[in-house]
Parts: sequence; C-alpha cells; structure tokens
Amino acid sequence: MSTLNLTQAAEYALEVAKRGGADQAEASLHQGTGLSLTARQNELETVEKHNDGQIVVSVYNDHKTGSASSADLTRDGIKSTVEAALSIATFTGKDECLGLADADRMATNLYDLDQDHAWDKTVKEFSELVLECEAEALRQDPRIVNSEGASISSYRGSGVYANSHGFLSEGKGSQHSLSCSVIAADENGMQRDYWYDANRNPANLQSALEIGRRAGERTVARLGSQKIGSTTAPVLFDPVMAKSLVGHLLGSLKGGAIYKKASFMLDKIDHTILPEFFNLSENPHLKGGNNSSLHDSEGVATPAQRSIVENGVLQSYILGSYTARKLGTQSTANAGGVRNIRLSNTGQGFSDLLKELNTGLLVTELIGSGVNSVTGDYSRGAAGFWIENGELAYPVEEITIAGNLVNMYKNIVAIGNDTDERGNTHCGSILLESMTIAGS
Amino acid sequence: MQDNSFFDTAASVLLEPTGLETHHLETLLGRLCDVQGSDFADLYFQYAKHESWSLDEGVVKNGSFSIDKGCGLRSVAGEKTAFAYSEDLNYAAILAAADVVEAIGRRGQDSAIPSLKRAQSRTPLYSGVDPIQQKADADKVAMLHLADKFARGKDTRVKEVMANISSVYEVILVARSDGKLVPDVRPLIRFNVSVIVEENGKRERGSMGGGGRMGLDYFDPELIQEYSDEAVRQALVSLHAVDSPAGTMEVVLASGWPGILLHEAVGHGLEGDFNRKGTSAFSGRIGEQVASKHCTVVDDGTLQDRRGSLTTDDEGNATQNTVLIDKGILTGYMQDEQNARLMGMGLTGNGRRESFAHLPMPRMTNTYMHAGDYVPEEIIASVKKGLYAVNFSGGQVDITSGKFVFSSSEAYLIENGKVTKPVKGATLIGNGPEAMQTISMVGNDMALDSGIGVCGKEGQSVPVGVGQPTLKMDALTVGGVEL
Repeated sequence: MSTLNLTQAAEYALEVAKRGGADQAEASLHQGTGLSLTARQNELETVEKHNDGQIVVSVYNDHKTGSASSADLTRDGIKSTVEAALSIATFTGKDECLGLADADRMATNLYDLDQDHAWDKTVKEFSELVLECEAEALRQDPRIVNSEGASISSYRGSGVYANSHGFLSEGKGSQHSLSCSVIAADENGMQRDYWYDANRNPANLQSALEIGRRAGERTVARLGSQKIGSTTAPVLFDPVMAKSLVGHLLGSLKGGAIYKKASFMLDKIDHTILPEFFNLSENPHLKGGNNSSLHDSEGVATPAQRSIVENGVLQSYILGSYTARKLGTQSTANAGGVRNIRLSNTGQGFSDLLKELNTGLLVTELIGSGVNSVTGDYSRGAAGFWIENGELAYPVEEITIAGNLVNMYKNIVAIGNDTDERGNTHCGSILLESMTIAGS
Repeated sequence: MQDNSFFDTAASVLLEPTGLETHHLETLLGRLCDVQGSDFADLYFQYAKHESWSLDEGVVKNGSFSIDKGCGLRSVAGEKTAFAYSEDLNYAAILAAADVVEAIGRRGQDSAIPSLKRAQSRTPLYSGVDPIQQKADADKVAMLHLADKFARGKDTRVKEVMANISSVYEVILVARSDGKLVPDVRPLIRFNVSVIVEENGKRERGSMGGGGRMGLDYFDPELIQEYSDEAVRQALVSLHAVDSPAGTMEVVLASGWPGILLHEAVGHGLEGDFNRKGTSAFSGRIGEQVASKHCTVVDDGTLQDRRGSLTTDDEGNATQNTVLIDKGILTGYMQDEQNARLMGMGLTGNGRRESFAHLPMPRMTNTYMHAGDYVPEEIIASVKKGLYAVNFSGGQVDITSGKFVFSSSEAYLIENGKVTKPVKGATLIGNGPEAMQTISMVGNDMALDSGIGVCGKEGQSVPVGVGQPTLKMDALTVGGVEL
C-alpha cells in the first residue's frame, strides 16, 4: 500500500473516475507540515506538530455530481474516495449548469508566484521568538497583569489540482504567523487586546518585538472603557475593521447569493453603489502576494488585475463556472474566492481622518454576527474610542453600531492611506458620515 | 452488554485494521510519559465519517462524503503540553509521532505506566447507530424533496428553498497513562431548511432545523414539515419587520434557543482554562453572587440523545450534570483533565476536542437555566416598553471584559404589556456578570434548543446544546437604528 506523490494521486483519482463512468472529474490535493508554539507568562505552554494530507474529488455524470474527500492518499484510499463520489452522483439531481469549468478557460502559462518560503528555525529558536514577543508585550506597562499568551506558527505545503480536461497544476505555499494577546487591569476591570502578523515569507513579518509592543499598547489603551449614550455620529473604522466592510461587500457580490436572489446587491451591475473615489480591484498575479495564483480552484486562468468597483460603479459579480452559467455569463475566475483585494484611498493619513471626523466614534473592534446578507441590515457590537475635536478622548465599549450596508457604502466620505497590508484584503481606515450608536 | 460492543466497535475500526494491540498502546504511552516532568499522557484514536446532501431550486445538487481517521498524542507536564498526531494508524507512523512529542517535550526519565484496562463506563447516552448506513441514499434525497414540497406548499411568497441533511458517525478510543482505555461511538445528525420569501420586491430569509445523536429515522415527515413551516413563518414575519429601537431597555427572551445568551454571557467565562489563567471576568469569584437569585445554570452532558451530550468526554472521563450557578451564586467551573489538576478541582467531564488533530480543552456540552415560577404571558405583561426576542442567529463573547453580543433574527416590540410589531434583526449587547444580575423574572417553560448549536473556541468547533425558560432582563442594550 504505497503512498503516491500528489501528482500521481491526482492522475490515479481521475483514472478511477473515468473507469467508473464519470463524464468529467476533478481532484484537488494538498499535503503539508507545520509547527505551532504558544508561550504564556514567560513559559513555553504548547508545542504542536502538524502533518496533514487530503484529497477532494468531484465527479460529474450527465450533469449530476458527487464529492468525497479523505486523508488517505494510498491507492486503496483514493479508489474508495472516488467510488464514494461516483455513488453519490447516482442519487443527486440533474442541473445543466453543473460540470467542470469550460476547457478553453484553463490557465496555460503557469509560472512561480513566490508563494513558498521556509522559516528555517529549530523548535528552540521558535520558542525563543515567541517568548520574546510575549515578554515585550508584558513589559509595556505595569498595568499589564496577565496574558493569553503569544503564539507562533509555521506551515508549508504543496498542492495539486487536476481535472479531466487534461489540466494539471502543482504549487507550493507557506504561511507563517506570530500573534500576542495580553490583559491589563485597573480599578474598572480587565481589558484584552492583541496584535498579529502573517505572511508567506517570514522575512516580511513584523518583528516579535514590534508585535509584542503593539499588543501591549493596544491593551493598555482600552483601560477605563466607558459606555456612551445612544446617539447618531460619524464613525471611523480602523484599517482592520474596515476590511470587514469590504468583506460584506464582496460577500454580497458572490454568484451563489446573486443567483438565489439572496443579496442586497442584486441587479446592481453598472450602478453607482459607492462614492466616486471608491475603486476596488483583485490582483491575482502579485509576486509574493498573500493569496496569489494563476488559476482559480477550477483551473480557470485568473487575470493579472480585475476591477470590481470602478469610480463607485459596480463592474462585476464574483463568479465560478457554476454560478456564471446560472446567471448566463462567464466565470470571473473566482471559484474558491477572490485574490489580493486592493482598495484605493483618498489621500489622508489616520490623524487627518480623525480631524475630519472631528467628534464621533473610532471603531477598533467589532463582535457578533449581526449582518443580514439578504437585506443589508447591519447591527454589530463595537468597541473603540470616542473622538472629540479630532483627538482620542476616551475608550468606549458595550455599544452597538447599526445601519443598512446599502446606505453605509454610499455614506463613505474618506478612505485613509494607512493601509493594513496583512491578509487578502489591503485597505486603509474608512470614514462613514453617520451611523446609529446604541449605548446607555 | 452495550459497553463491550463499543469496545469491540472501537477495536475493529481503529486498532485491528493496522494490527495495533494493547501492548503497542502501552509502549506509546510509556514513550509519551518519558517527556520531562510529564504528569499524564493520552492517545486519542478517532474515526469519523461525514456525509451531507443539499438541495436548492428543487434539485439535490450535491452530496459529499468524507472519512477522517488518525491518532492524537499528548504529553502534559504542569502547564506545558507537547502534541503531535498521525493520520496513518500504522504503528510505525504513530511511533514516529510519539518520537516528535518526546523530542519537543525533552526526554526525562524512562517511566513505567500501568497496563491498560477497559474502563467501566456508564450506560451509553445514545445508540451506536451509524446514521449514514441506516438509511438508503435515495431516502435521504427524498427527505430533502419533502422539505422543498412542504415549504413551497406553505405560502406562494416562498421563492427559494434550501435544505440540507448531514450525518456523522464517529468512533473514538482514548488510551490514558493511568491505564484507562475508554471507547465511544457517536452518531450526530442535523437537518436544516432555509427559505427566501418575496413580497412586493422585498426579500427575507428564514431558517429552522434540528437534530441530535441518533439515526436519521428521527427526521420523520411530521418533523420535516415542522422545520419547513417554521422557516417560512420566520421569513414572513421578517417581511413586515420595522426598524429596531436603539438604547437600553427591558428585554424578554423566549425559551429554548435564546439560551445562547447563557452560553455567551456566562458559559465561556466559566470554562476552567480561562479561570485557571485568571483571564475571565468570573475568575476567582466562586461563592460570589454573579447572577440574580432567580438564576440556576447547569452544564449537563448527560442528557439522552442530545446534540451536546457525550457518554464520555474526549479525555475518557464521564460527562456530568454540573451546577455552574446556584440561585445566583457561582458554584463551579467546567474542567478538563489538565485544568482540574492545576486548579486542584474535581473533573466535570468537559474535556473536548474538534478532532484527533486538535488539543482538548474545557468546552460546554448542553448549557441551560432551570425553570422559574412565572408563566410566560405574565412576564411579557410586566413590560411597559421593551423588546421580546424569540430567535437568534448567533453570539460572541469577550471573556476578559465580560462583554457579549447576540444577534436576533426574530424579535418584537412590547408596548404596554403586549407583543406588537416585529422588528428587524437587532444586536443585544451587555456585560455577562452585570446582565445576569438584571434577570428579574424566570418562566416555568424551560426548553432546550432543537439541536443546531455549534460552538467555536480557539479555532475548534464542537456541537453543543443550549436552553432556558422565558426570562426578563431589566436593562440590556438593544442595537437598533431607531433612537
């Protein structure tokens, strides 16, 4: 029972599917190893070694489909996984839109996008780094009295996607991260905050000291948080929170929500949905980008750049082949999601935006899931700072901010150049003219 | 005897295919205990089959199936844990993972462990049925079509129906360095119906579902009809909802699923790890009044067939009915093996993990509040102006500051003691210990949820149950748009 390499395993899966009578089939495989460590109160707490592998197979037979997955990458394991998928496809219903993406859309020019970097450190070196990170956070202020700890993780893996059009792509990728969360206390109680960085290339990570320092500073800044009275005021989302506003917009544009008419952005292509200064693009080919790829999860070639919103006007939805066929259009190469989202800015720095806000709320944390993706109704728990005359006045907590996303997007008055370059979405702070704040 | 049949199942699924025998497990545990300062070690063998079928636009468009199996190896020394796992159940592969644990934990003295013995455990809380095998695939597909038919037949405004049925069959075996060998066989099923209704161009969503630890026979046509009708009812109510009020007011929570409030406002804050570390708003407060005297809250993993129940937790300890808050007084935390040891407290059977590839930690099972004396109508009648929240879509808590939120998906205004207009989804926000003090009336209608809860903590998801009677909070902040 020899284990196959990923390419052999993919080819074998497609062969079994074909022999089993499938018109079309696709297989996606990955294998990777990682190490993660946590430290708390200046002691190493956990050391975990990860070692994962998985195959996911989908088969199509007369526009009926079945899927199966397994961690067993032996011949026998793959055979029974494909057979499970074939069996399912005899019971599912027919849908003409189901099937592989069109063969003429497959990516042809495959080259390296700098997605894989080793972090060559021993367990001992990793533990020193994570301890250093937490220690730096703890030393920021005597009121930092406790800690949820710091964690470090390093993961590298390889993946293969193949389908019965004859398309096969192999790739390697890494993900390295460092985070820290500490607790400060005063007579009013405890507050917690955190900071982190993550990147494919460990050389691009903020230093352990920088992450520790910011975790400590952010936590102390929240001491003495107050609840404020219910009011209506301008709201500034810091760059991390601003990503969630971009995320709700992207979610509303996904093909699945559009064809089911379950989105507040239905029938809005070519409509002005945002201010004229708002430009949102996807950039799949960035070398060393956090989420770069030359093809989507169905093998469809991605464009180097694609505009999603241009001068406030919605350019296109986010589609894979199935949802594109449902809507009678072409895939936008977004099976599996969007890649390297970039938002334009209006030129101001963070302190300029505070001045522009003048008196209102700066949001630095949002909790809860209060977003209705069908209607756009928005109501979430928030914490942050009350701003008076463009300056931080005091921290606030236990409030909610509410509105409707359709109006909130139109009410954006500025986007900062204080871009947060972590993760898949890079954007700056977003200033909204007005929202309802509920408090005491 | 049931007990032996679970052992036999576990051995046949997890050990026999690769020729693993008890002496192999003993050798592995011995290796794990060699880690410097090791207090205890365990092996967690797991086999899990998942199957799911989904329908939309009247077509069962997809089905998926997966098998996961592996072994997690852990050695615990005081507050330190070394952990590795293997997805291959061959002895050589597991031994290699044990080497990793030994290497990262630094080798100490060679240690002898007692020989493994099958632990006497209680009568299982659920049958060992394999729900995936129990019903033919064609029958599962037919159940989804039935939901589609019921929902569309209920009202002409129903435009989309999405239904999903999922089944899990899991077999585990815990081998512990104290010599206990504990198996469990766990079925888990879930059915969900979600609809989109439209009226005059306005669209809204509603959804309902349920399940538990049993076979798929549980979803009989009557129950599927109930889920479908309820999803449609909720969506239609939302069509006519007005903007929610904003500000602090009296809030009445309905019985059942709104018990998610307890899960967020107090449950997480009473998990042993946070309290051992002193990071919870409830840390060091045992014996103190942390809720009004009307509140008695328990975590009960021993309920028959419930989604959050476990015959044994993931560390091989029997689950319990643990009183967390007794008439407002904090009486206990939920513990796993490591945190109970470090805090010098008793085990409560709350050690849970998402899978063999994750470390166990203290987690809730079924968390609910005991009934009080009031009839629900009387509670609503006592409110002059406030909110009656009936259903929630989710919640979240910051256990350190105690701040929790939960998002209503069905709520109504209460005006002069009467339930009046439905209001749009509003977020409720409060501070756990403070909010619990404002509970002034508790109903006699305690109910558990229908079996849909999923709890996330540190990236690990586990199924849970919640429940409560109708109750009134005198002051809670409602995050609407209408000032």
